[in-house]
Amino acid sequence: MKLELRGITKRFGSLVANDHIDLVVESGEIHALLGENGAGKSTLMNVLYGFYDPDDGEILIDDTAVNFDGPGDAMAAGIGMVHQHFMLVPVFTVAENVVLGHEPVRGGGLIDLTEARRRVREISDRFGFDVDPDAKIEDLTVGAQQRVEIIKALSREARVLILDEPTAVLTPQETDELIGIMRQLRDSGTSIVFITHKLREVRAVADRITVIRRGKVVGSASPSAPETELASLMVGRSVDLGVDKAPAQPGEVGLAVRDLTVLDALGVRQLDGISFDVARGEILAIAGVQGNGQTELTEVILGLQKPVVGSVQLDGLELIGRTVKEVLNAGVGFVPEDRTEDGLVADFSIAENLILDRYDQPPFAKGFSLYPSQVRTNAEKRTVEFDVRTGSVDAFASTLSGGNQQKVVLAREMSRPLRLLVASQPTRGLDVGSIEFVHSRIVAERDNGTPVLIVSTELDEVLALADRIVVMYRGQIVGIVPGGTDRDVLGLMMAGVPLVEAREQAAAHHTALGDADIATEEDNS
Amino acid sequence: MSQPIAPERTQPAAGRTRGQQALHEMLASNWLATVLAVVLALVLSGVLIAAADKAVQETATYLFARPGDFFGAVWTSVSSAYVALFQGSIVDTSASTLTRMIRPITETMTVSIPLIFAGLGLGIGFRAGLFNIGAQGQIILGAVFAGYVGFTFDLPPVVHVVLAVVAAAIGGGLWAGIAGVLKARTGANEVIVTIMLNNIAVYLVAFLLTTTAFQRGDSNNPISPPLNSNSLFPLLLGSGFRLHAGFLLALATAVGVWWLMNRSTIGFQFRAVGSNPNAARVAGISVNAAYVWVMVVAGALAGLGGAAQVLGTEKVLTAGVAASFGFDAITVALLGRSKPLGTVLAGLLFGALRAGGFAMQARTGTPIDIVLVVQSLIVLFIAAPPLVRALFRLPAAGTEPPVLAVSPSVKEVGL
Amino acid sequence: MSTVVEAPTASSGPQSPRSGAVLAPISWKAPIAYAVVAVIALIGFVVVAPKGLETTFTVSTSSDFFQIAPITVPSTATALLLCLVALVLAGVSFWATRSRRKVGVWLPSVYGVALVLAFLTWSAAGKDSALPLTGLLQGSLFLAVPLVFGALAGLLCERSGIINIAIEGQLLAGAFLAAVVASITHSAYAGLVAAPIAGALVGLLLVLFSIRYMVDQIIVGVVLNVLVIGVTSYLFSTVLKVDAATFNSPPKLPVIGIPVLSQIPIIGPVLFRQTVLVYVMYVVVAVLQVMVFRSRWGLRLRAVGEHPKAADTVGIKVNLTRMKSTVLGGAVAGLGGAFFTVAAGLAFGKEMAGGKGYIALAAMILGRWSPAGALAAALLFGFSDNLRVVLGIVGTPIPSQIMLMTPYVVTIFAVAGVVGRVRAPASEGIPYVK
Repeated sequence: MKLELRGITKRFGSLVANDHIDLVVESGEIHALLGENGAGKSTLMNVLYGFYDPDDGEILIDDTAVNFDGPGDAMAAGIGMVHQHFMLVPVFTVAENVVLGHEPVRGGGLIDLTEARRRVREISDRFGFDVDPDAKIEDLTVGAQQRVEIIKALSREARVLILDEPTAVLTPQETDELIGIMRQLRDSGTSIVFITHKLREVRAVADRITVIRRGKVVGSASPSAPETELASLMVGRSVDLGVDKAPAQPGEVGLAVRDLTVLDALGVRQLDGISFDVARGEILAIAGVQGNGQTELTEVILGLQKPVVGSVQLDGLELIGRTVKEVLNAGVGFVPEDRTEDGLVADFSIAENLILDRYDQPPFAKGFSLYPSQVRTNAEKRTVEFDVRTGSVDAFASTLSGGNQQKVVLAREMSRPLRLLVASQPTRGLDVGSIEFVHSRIVAERDNGTPVLIVSTELDEVLALADRIVVMYRGQIVGIVPGGTDRDVLGLMMAGVPLVEAREQAAAHHTALGDADIATEEDNS
Repeated sequence: MSQPIAPERTQPAAGRTRGQQALHEMLASNWLATVLAVVLALVLSGVLIAAADKAVQETATYLFARPGDFFGAVWTSVSSAYVALFQGSIVDTSASTLTRMIRPITETMTVSIPLIFAGLGLGIGFRAGLFNIGAQGQIILGAVFAGYVGFTFDLPPVVHVVLAVVAAAIGGGLWAGIAGVLKARTGANEVIVTIMLNNIAVYLVAFLLTTTAFQRGDSNNPISPPLNSNSLFPLLLGSGFRLHAGFLLALATAVGVWWLMNRSTIGFQFRAVGSNPNAARVAGISVNAAYVWVMVVAGALAGLGGAAQVLGTEKVLTAGVAASFGFDAITVALLGRSKPLGTVLAGLLFGALRAGGFAMQARTGTPIDIVLVVQSLIVLFIAAPPLVRALFRLPAAGTEPPVLAVSPSVKEVGL
Repeated sequence: MSTVVEAPTASSGPQSPRSGAVLAPISWKAPIAYAVVAVIALIGFVVVAPKGLETTFTVSTSSDFFQIAPITVPSTATALLLCLVALVLAGVSFWATRSRRKVGVWLPSVYGVALVLAFLTWSAAGKDSALPLTGLLQGSLFLAVPLVFGALAGLLCERSGIINIAIEGQLLAGAFLAAVVASITHSAYAGLVAAPIAGALVGLLLVLFSIRYMVDQIIVGVVLNVLVIGVTSYLFSTVLKVDAATFNSPPKLPVIGIPVLSQIPIIGPVLFRQTVLVYVMYVVVAVLQVMVFRSRWGLRLRAVGEHPKAADTVGIKVNLTRMKSTVLGGAVAGLGGAFFTVAAGLAFGKEMAGGKGYIALAAMILGRWSPAGALAAALLFGFSDNLRVVLGIVGTPIPSQIMLMTPYVVTIFAVAGVVGRVRAPASEGIPYVK
């Protein structure tokens, strides 16, 4: 099936998310849509999927214009979508999720569950997925949930499959499996639109690449184009993917974590005997796929969760058993992984957000009284220092862009003498300019002699910042390696392979992504 | 999907003069929407008033023959009801003496006292993300505590009334605190718990009034002994009026609440917890402690409303001491957008509706229940500004503050 | 008594436990609560109770197939036996908690029945009049009717993601219109048909403000209750009271005994000597129990309440589904409102729903958003309500106000998690915007 978009335009208020986008996806090809976060990729796909109405432009299937009034129409036309945030009902079973919206029914409108299970098994067997139709979604791993999403799309006989940032939550090895599935689907005639901002994956799997930036198509490229070329096309200028930083000069141990074990409500171990040190003047990065205990680790350090056993000492002071307030007052700066959820109060002013964790301390307060003038003065100083672009410090934090919001969080956490900085996903969803700024501030904090703990699921970020790397898998530390360790080794470790084995395997086999890297090197030579 | 792209604020169109801009802003303001909501509610209630009027019903039978009669009858019924409402709540223009003329406004102020107290308490809860439906029970407990201190002890002037007021605050605070503690400790939904506490309070006061400690000995009725005169609020305008010092206390409390919410670290905590409990927790604020204290403060304020009833207006404790003030206070707090000044004004408005409602019922036979209709319609229209704007064809507001939009706490524990 | 249900499920998660003895701390809340209550009951009903008295229960009605003679038991010994049963069950709960096993719903059920019987034995000890068990149950079912309909209404709305605090208003509106229509037409059945229309209208307002104007659903619900009270009270004063003969003298729904079934002792009169409204209730509960969990309609309804966006992406119209189910819910509650007037044979009175809508909400939560659970919880509340009436006749040491408080106190304990965590539909109360 050939799919064509002509002049698609979608506006939200005065913001043009898609500006006259043209795109042709031929039958049986993997077409990558490459662009930064916020470039308008997902908006475009939601238009294609009938989720948003375009303000202008048309969609053609096999050269015939179609009009989608809701996702139901798009599905009927053979378009399936695997969303970045899975569209699965957590309390339903696999079979229920797969048939939702086109349920096989017996008499009286009752669902024919036997038929539903059969549909799941049929597709599951065809592609070698190991999925139990009666398992509840909330009990499945992320990778399995993604396969359910693919089954869901295929069971509706999708001939064009849209994959929106499918690898964000996968280990490199799971990513490899997904790439295999994508090729298999393509070979059986399904067209695939692969949305991503990860250059290496695009080069590994795409047949054609379309790059969009700020809502516009800025060019197309072949998969053999060098990574730097794709990157500059994507961000609009030539970029240096690295961070300028001097070698670390680690001092004595600042943070000492010993034997941390954390259980969740069901008694499952979220952290299992975690021990490591962070020295003053050193950046230690925690690498790992999302959901392998990183969140729990930072929350235990901050005092949001209690471990069953273990200790966290900061310059000899035990932090376990202390309240969040006491931990913050001990000199811990904390940048949470989800700034809108945990870092900012959206309908507080920027000034108020800048004192969110020090609102009751001098000079902002005395006794129970707040001093608004001090709050304001502080805000004006910090917004200049951290380059927060806003009309007024009295504006709501919700009026800021993502990058500026993150700068507010950093300004708050880094504007006092720190004895430890913990930053989770410090640059998630930021544009390249903001990323550079945030990274340089973090490195500057390290150079002040502060121990810095970074948690990131982006290997690029880990490699750019870390002096040492801790790889976590299922609540355990797989290994601690120096910064600059080989990507393939890190990737294998993120899938739980111990360091020594990971080195051997990486040397023996090349992963699909590794092949693409090698291809680049050959192109370059 | 990537981050949803936030619609940018609509900027005022270029090329407008300053005057046009000012007019635009006024039309788009919440203030105007509020006034229109009140007008709309009165109009709709007028339809009900007219529909139930005998003369209107009779003239409707020959509507097409003589429409003038019909519309005349409608006008007479509605206008006489609303004139009576006005005369019963603001100034009685038909009265012969000055005392009688101004009595309605003092009645309005008297009735508004418990509404203002309870509304202030509920407003704090709403801003802290707690749906406290329990002002009714908190008023009752405040009244029980204040009443008990009032009729049991024999203390010097000033000391007695102060003690009774403090007891009321403690009573209301403890009662609401139950919901706060359960919310903090077990996540129990405060909407359900406070509704249940309201019902329990009703039976509790009924039960207490059968016991020897509370029931006056000289009859079998469920009514307490009269309160000791030293425990009563002083009257403000002499014995000819019911208006008492509780009104001044209510106004002072409103100022206090403004300071608490906007200029104190406690209010900063409450607001932070209300807007984003997760961020508050990460910033070192104890969300659970805040839930407990918000409820205690809100309950204490509602308890003061109970004190105003028993120490000022009623001077005795009965099972009906709280009337329906606790439920009306919800609409007061919503109409006042949970802000102190707004709550005072909304309390006066609803106090006027209630005080005037009695006069209207007495003079024109329009049942006071219509006041409930007016109140609820006002709040519905306030809650849905687009509806009012659409009805009056007004420009859309630049930014509609989400006064009554979904509070984050609702998400956490379901109903 | 080894009816332990499942083996521990911790090992079935993605992370199998490794060696080492670190396990999640055990919560002893439930067994401690069971034990404390049982001990209090033992002291109250046995230790300090007057000795040497007898309690008489009657179980038959005159029209049964065969008559069972009234049962007379020694009060103290019976109460002791029942309290010991409760204590043993508390022990079972301790054992199950310690060995990390789950127990079925049978434990709290048997425990509750034992303690209630102990309470009844104690209450009616030494009284001249016998305690009519059948009448007690019959009345319980009767009083549970508006609660069941109300709870089902709440469930229909909340399963689709709309919080329905307006059940009270829907019941009242139903009661009002049923009374008026039945009076005018002189037909109780016409009133029964009109009642759902009134409830549906309130439901329509709820969903209109919730979806179209995205007003907080709790606020809309609370305000709608006030509005309905205002409108019905106003019309009551201006119309119904003025000409009560025409507008407010609804005929009563006749009690229809189902042949044969109604003559079975105990359950016959309780279940099958009722008005058509009760029979409709059986059907509605049964149908909804199947439809909500097994049908296409139910799957879509629940999907919309749990994850509206997922439902939207497979072509289900989220807001339309919510609108339909909320209006349907309103209609169900309105039908329940007919209980107050045409089923009970009473004229309409101001605020005659008397807070039943809020109790219904509690029943829905206690019943964990399932029709069968809602029925059970509503029966529990109906039982405690009727117990007060029956004990009032027999005579009891407990003041009636305290009895009246009981359902509310039980609800607070329930929502505070004593009876186990409940999980609401994930997206309730949140407006759906693309």
